Amino acid sequence: MIRLLTYRLNGRERTDAVPDNVLLLDHLRETVGLTGTKTGCDGGECGACTVLVDGAPVLSCLTLSATVAGRSVETVESLAEGGRLAFIQEGFHRKLGSQCGYCTPGLIMASEALLRQDPDPSEDAIREALGSNICRCTGYVKIIEAVRWAAESSAARSGSPAEPAR
Amino acid sequence: MERFGLSQPVPRREDPRLLRGEGCFIDDRTPPGALHAVVLRAPFAHARIASLDAAPARSAPGVRAVYTGADLAAAGVAEVACTAAPPETQWSGIREGDRFRERRQPALVADRVRFVGECVAFVVAETRRQALDASERIEVDYDPLPAVTACDEAPHGPPVWDDAADNVSFRWEIGDAAATSSAFAAAHRIVRRRIVNNRAQLCPLETRGTIAEYHAHTNRWTLHVPTQMPHGVRRQLAQVFGVGEERFRVLVEDVGGGFGGKNSLYPEQILCAVAARDLGRSVKWVADRSEAFLGDNHGRDLVSHAELALDAEHRVLALRMRNFANLGAYTASRGATPPTLGPLMAANTYRIPALHVDVAACFTHTVPTDPYRGAGRPEGLYVVERLMDAAARETGLDPVEFRRRNLIPPDAFPYRSPTGLLYDPCEFAQVIESAFERADAAGFPARRAEAKAQGRLRGLGIANYVERCGGGAGLSERSDLLVDPDGAVTLLIGSMSNGQGHETAYSQILYERLGLPFEKIRIVQGDTDRVASGTGTGGSWSLPMGGGAVVHAVDRLVETAKPIAADSLEAAVEDVEFRDGAFRVAGTDLAISFADTAARAAAEGRVRSDGAPGLEAVAVFEPGNYTFPYGTHLCEVEVDPETGAVRIAAYTAVHDFGQVLNPLLLAGQVHGGLAQGLGQALLERTAYDGEGQLLSASFMDYCIPRADDLPDFGFEPWITPSPGNPLDIKGCGEAGAAGSPPAAINAVLDALASAGVHDFDMPATPERVWRALRAARIASGD
Ligand code: FES
Ligand code: FES
Repeated sequence: MIRLLTYRLNGRERTDAVPDNVLLLDHLRETVGLTGTKTGCDGGECGACTVLVDGAPVLSCLTLSATVAGRSVETVESLAEGGRLAFIQEGFHRKLGSQCGYCTPGLIMASEALLRQDPDPSEDAIREALGSNICRCTGYVKIIEAVRWAAESSAARSGSPAEPAR
Repeated sequence: MERFGLSQPVPRREDPRLLRGEGCFIDDRTPPGALHAVVLRAPFAHARIASLDAAPARSAPGVRAVYTGADLAAAGVAEVACTAAPPETQWSGIREGDRFRERRQPALVADRVRFVGECVAFVVAETRRQALDASERIEVDYDPLPAVTACDEAPHGPPVWDDAADNVSFRWEIGDAAATSSAFAAAHRIVRRRIVNNRAQLCPLETRGTIAEYHAHTNRWTLHVPTQMPHGVRRQLAQVFGVGEERFRVLVEDVGGGFGGKNSLYPEQILCAVAARDLGRSVKWVADRSEAFLGDNHGRDLVSHAELALDAEHRVLALRMRNFANLGAYTASRGATPPTLGPLMAANTYRIPALHVDVAACFTHTVPTDPYRGAGRPEGLYVVERLMDAAARETGLDPVEFRRRNLIPPDAFPYRSPTGLLYDPCEFAQVIESAFERADAAGFPARRAEAKAQGRLRGLGIANYVERCGGGAGLSERSDLLVDPDGAVTLLIGSMSNGQGHETAYSQILYERLGLPFEKIRIVQGDTDRVASGTGTGGSWSLPMGGGAVVHAVDRLVETAKPIAADSLEAAVEDVEFRDGAFRVAGTDLAISFADTAARAAAEGRVRSDGAPGLEAVAVFEPGNYTFPYGTHLCEVEVDPETGAVRIAAYTAVHDFGQVLNPLLLAGQVHGGLAQGLGQALLERTAYDGEGQLLSASFMDYCIPRADDLPDFGFEPWITPSPGNPLDIKGCGEAGAAGSPPAAINAVLDALASAGVHDFDMPATPERVWRALRAARIASGD
């Protein structure tokens, strides 16, 4: 059955006609046309499809679109403001957190979620928080440096490490 | 000049699009009106196709075409040829009396399937869902046959090919058999091991895919393919279709990882091209993850019976190996390369007077194997580094002392290896020293004691490594520079980035040599219509070779532009030099910028070969020899004897890659290689059951490293300029994956030695380690 789905996407409310059985990942990529969110596996194994729903990281390949009714969805496309990369993106840029870039949107969103919840995460906390995301290219060391860079830079900018990392 | 120039940690030009989610990978585009394709794959490792009825699928909703093996054969589509036969050199070749049995993979099988996942039918429909539904209506009757999957069982297993009953594709040897035998006869001690290099699944995070378009008015195809070798794919397509290469345009945008797995032409690319031509519509196919596990070529998979002959002073007299290499069911495009490239590196960093390697490359009922990050070299190095540790243990010498005694001495360079390679000067002993210092190896006994007090076993493993890479042996890369009237430069280059950051690296070279800001530099790769030729990316050769071509093209460009600049400066050409982005009259402050020179050239009516006004320069660079990066890896592990869990406590790698073009990109390459090597060593086990079913066909069953599996990497470059190319660099892409498996397994064995475990094969999963510990306990009667 097709229903009208009203939700916030990247800060804007929108309403789409969505069949009940459509996954959020496919909805975002195919209906909305936001292809930043990636498919890396057949379901729940790689984290490439990570988006934020009400600020929490969610695997969009395991999420039915209908479940985001009335909620707020954020994808990688929402982070940069105008020409400026967000702190977490800037961290990935400076520290080489991305190589082929395929895992990157998922890892950036997972990192963003971590930083909002813990603005000053330890290396262990980062490794744990990113444990659902596979990257085949980087070996993760540079990704961890990227997250640390974002944490430190946003703390320096806001003057308080408790501020969210945006 | 400094910030974006050579040896600077320049952040990547590729990043903004990739970090914003604006990268363009194969599944990110669907041309309007495209059809979608699905592959029906073989459910058996070995079976005869008794009957196949595609009619129910053909009449299913939305279906536009269904192809079977018979259809393809009738259409005259050829099988995929092996592009590199086993090499014949002064030192190596196919064994006398034997020959290379090449068995080419068809895009679709007609009568007999030879591995699980092999393509049986191809369904094209208006939507992917319709194609999937239709594929389930195809009725295939299989008569299952017995299968063999392990390479050293292959010679006695059920034949994959009836006309190669021993399942051997070729027997190949390298080195001096007679000298090796006599060295063994005179040996004081012989150290023997059977060493298994586990089969690896490459798993680039972007799966393979293709979009094919056929342009009836020009009789040409456009294939969008995420590949490492656009021109190679074009050449292979031409072979399969029996037409000229100019009929194909291969277009590549962002490639989500390759590691060797996106080198070759694959069946699905051919099938998309056939369907696009027949149907006059774009045809798109993208593998889902399980198809990637089943259909992507695998890597490694080698069993080596290796022996080292020693004299009384614990010096190596000879090395002998009898290898069984697993080719899978067909000879893949580059399938003969890993089994023959590995033995070439078998002497590694050591002076080994006599060496002989005998390779049996075997067919099995498994996915074909093809190069994986290192293409045989990691396999060869793994054997010799494991043997070095075994020999040290049996002679009672410290593994490092044993290695030091056998290193190629500094005065031996340039050194001709027993396999015929000519090594550049290498500072092996210094690099070992440096790694030891960096890893605080002197503090290891205290760390081991501390671990022991807490009930854990700590081990330190070493691996030395040298490889030949970076081109050589007739390989070349071409670079074209096109200059616009405003001084903007476009580089056309035949290598193909799949995550390495080539746009950035080439831009740095042009920034440094031409003084151009990045916004005036455009890098074009991955378009066979625009880029005249290309070797593609593999073998750690893109920058040593492609970078060399760019440097030479810049030199030509400067020579071409100089008379124009001299004319405008009213000076003699000999008095004009190019420095800091401008042509200058030596000894004066007269100068004309590069951009003004370009404008003048256009105004004078200079036209490039693409018809646009401006200057151009072309150069081809063919390195005379390979580059020889080398290094030392030190791995420290802790094993929990209760659970068998292995934790990497510390990792150090010191490597000589020559001059460093960009330390960020270099670290990225090394880290990525380390992660893949450590994955193979500790986590990744490709498993088949007795019937040849692939058991490790998801990320749940095939465990590639995650963030919490890996340590911080202590990587440090050791810089001696490479003599082989204008940038003085050595290839860096494969080093990490070559050094880390032996370092890790030597560390695990060092940790387990006190518990009585003296031999162990990768991967060191908790279960396998626990079993090894238990077996040793039982054997010791505890
Ligand atoms: S695509 Fe969602 S976890 Fe892999
Ligand atoms: S950058 Fe390629 S998978 Fe992470």
